[in-house]
Amino acid sequence: MTKKIEAIIRTEKLEDVKNALHGIGIVGMNTFEIQGHGRQGGIKLTGRTGTYQVDMLPKMQLNIILSDHNVEKTIATICKAAGTGEPGDGIIFVYPVDDVIRVRTGERGKEALHYEGDIDSK
Amino acid sequence: MIDSGDTTWLLVSSALVLVMTPALAFFYGGMVRKKNILSTLNLSFIMMCLISIQWLLYGYSLAFGSDVGGIIGGLDFLGFTGVGAEPSAYAPTIPHMLFAAFQMMFAIITPALITGAFVERVRFKTFIVFSLLWATLVYDPVAHWVWGGGILGAAGLGALDFAGGTVVHITAGFSALAFALAIGPRKGFGKTSFEPSNIPFSVLGAGLLWMGWFGFNGGSALAANGTAVHALFTTNTAAAAAGLVWMILSWIDNKPSVLGIVTGAVVGLVAITPGAGFVTPIGALIIGALVAPISYYAIKFIKGRNLIDESLDVFACHGLGGLWGALATGLFAASSVGGVDGLFYGNPGQFLAQLWAALLAIAVSFGVTFVLAKVLNAIMGLRVSDSEEQVGLDISEHAERAYA
Repeated sequence: MTKKIEAIIRTEKLEDVKNALHGIGIVGMNTFEIQGHGRQGGIKLTGRTGTYQVDMLPKMQLNIILSDHNVEKTIATICKAAGTGEPGDGIIFVYPVDDVIRVRTGERGKEALHYEGDIDSK
Repeated sequence: MIDSGDTTWLLVSSALVLVMTPALAFFYGGMVRKKNILSTLNLSFIMMCLISIQWLLYGYSLAFGSDVGGIIGGLDFLGFTGVGAEPSAYAPTIPHMLFAAFQMMFAIITPALITGAFVERVRFKTFIVFSLLWATLVYDPVAHWVWGGGILGAAGLGALDFAGGTVVHITAGFSALAFALAIGPRKGFGKTSFEPSNIPFSVLGAGLLWMGWFGFNGGSALAANGTAVHALFTTNTAAAAAGLVWMILSWIDNKPSVLGIVTGAVVGLVAITPGAGFVTPIGALIIGALVAPISYYAIKFIKGRNLIDESLDVFACHGLGGLWGALATGLFAASSVGGVDGLFYGNPGQFLAQLWAALLAIAVSFGVTFVLAKVLNAIMGLRVSDSEEQVGLDISEHAERAYA
C-alpha cells in the first residue's frame, strides 16, 4: 500500500523537518505555503493603536508519498523536528493513495516511487 | 526684485511638496487590503492631474486673485493671466508663477489627504466630481481667507498659519469626517479586522512625506533665509518627538508598532505645520510630543467603539493634529522667532484668533463637505455596489490588479 503524509507545520520549522526527513532517507517531497488555524485560533498583532486579532496564520504544508511500512517512522521524525511544545506546532494527516504515475517513464505504483537511495528502495 | 537664491529654494520646495502626494499615496496604499491598493494609490495620484488643471484655469485666481469682500479672490488670474516671471505682492523676490506653482502643490495634496476616509468603497467617478467641487468650494476660499488677503489672515483676524495647519490639515481632516459619515462604513466594519496589506509601503510613504515636508514648511518662508531654516528644524523636531511618543504609547498597549511610529512622525509633521516659522525648537518638541497622544487616543476611541469607519484615521491625524497645531501656535508663538507672541508669551489674543479661525474652517469644511457628499450620493452614488466592493476596487473600478 502507498500512503500520502500531509504534514502542516510551522513555517520556520521547514528547514529542520526537511533535513530530518533527508536524514532518514526521504528524497521526494513537495511543499505549499498555506494559511489557516487550528485550536490555537490565531495570534494578536499590534496595529496603529492597540492590538487586533489575526486568525489565519501562514503555515507550511509538506506532502510525502511513501510505502506503508515507512509511515510511522516518518511521522515520528516530523513530530520530533517540527515540535516546540507550544500551541501551533501543526497537524499530520495520512491518506491512502490509489496509484502513482511517473510522467516521464509511465511507470506506475511502487516503481514510480523508486528513487536511488530513497527510504522505500531499502 | 528677483532673488536667485530664493527662486532656487522655491523651485526645489515645489518639487518636494509635489512628491508628498505620491508619498501619501503609498502611505495610504499600504494600509488597505490587497484588492484595493491600486485604487487607493490612484485616489491620491489623480489629484496631481486634476487639481493642476483646476489651479491653472481658475483655482489660483479664486484663492489668490484680488480680494472680493474678504471672502474670495477675483477672476484676474484666470488661466494664469498676468502670472509670469515678475514678482507678486505675495512673494516679492520670486517670480509670481513660482509662487502660484508652489501653492498649487498644496492645493493638490489637500484633497488627496481626504481620500483616506473613503478608501475601499468610493465610486471613482463620483470621487472625481467631488474633488473638483471640494477644491473649488472649500480649499480655494479657505486658502483665500488665510493667505490670500481674506478675513482670517493678516488682513483680517490675524490668525497665524505658517504652512497650512488650518488651510490644509483642518479642512482635510474635518472634511474626511463628514465624508466618512456620509458614505458609511466598509462592509464588515466592526466584524472583521481590516489588516494592512503592505506596511512597508506606509513606511516608505511616511519617510518621503517627512522629506517633502521640508519643502512644505521650509518653502513656506517663501525665501531661502533664516526663517526657512528655522521651519525646517522645527518640522524635523516635531516629527521626531511625535514618532517617539507614539512608539511609547504603542509599546504600553502591546509592542512598538512600526506603522504606529511612522504615523506618529506624520502627525508630528501635521501639528508643527501652522507654527513652524513661529515657535521655538523647544516649542516644536512640546507640540510634537503632545499631538501623538491626541491622535493615538482619538483613533483608539473611534475605532475601538466602531463609531465611524474613518478608514485611515484622517480626522484623528489631520483634523485633530491640525487643530492642535493651530491652537498650539497661539500658545507657543514667540516674537523672537516669527515676530508674533502667543498666550505663553503674554498675548492671549493670538490664541483666540487661532481658535476662531480654526472653528470657522471646521464649520465650513465639515458643513460643505457633508452637503456635497449627500447631494452627490443622491445624483451619482458615493459608493460602489456590494459585489464590486467585495471583489475590490482595483478590479471593479479599474479592471487592473496590483499583483499578477
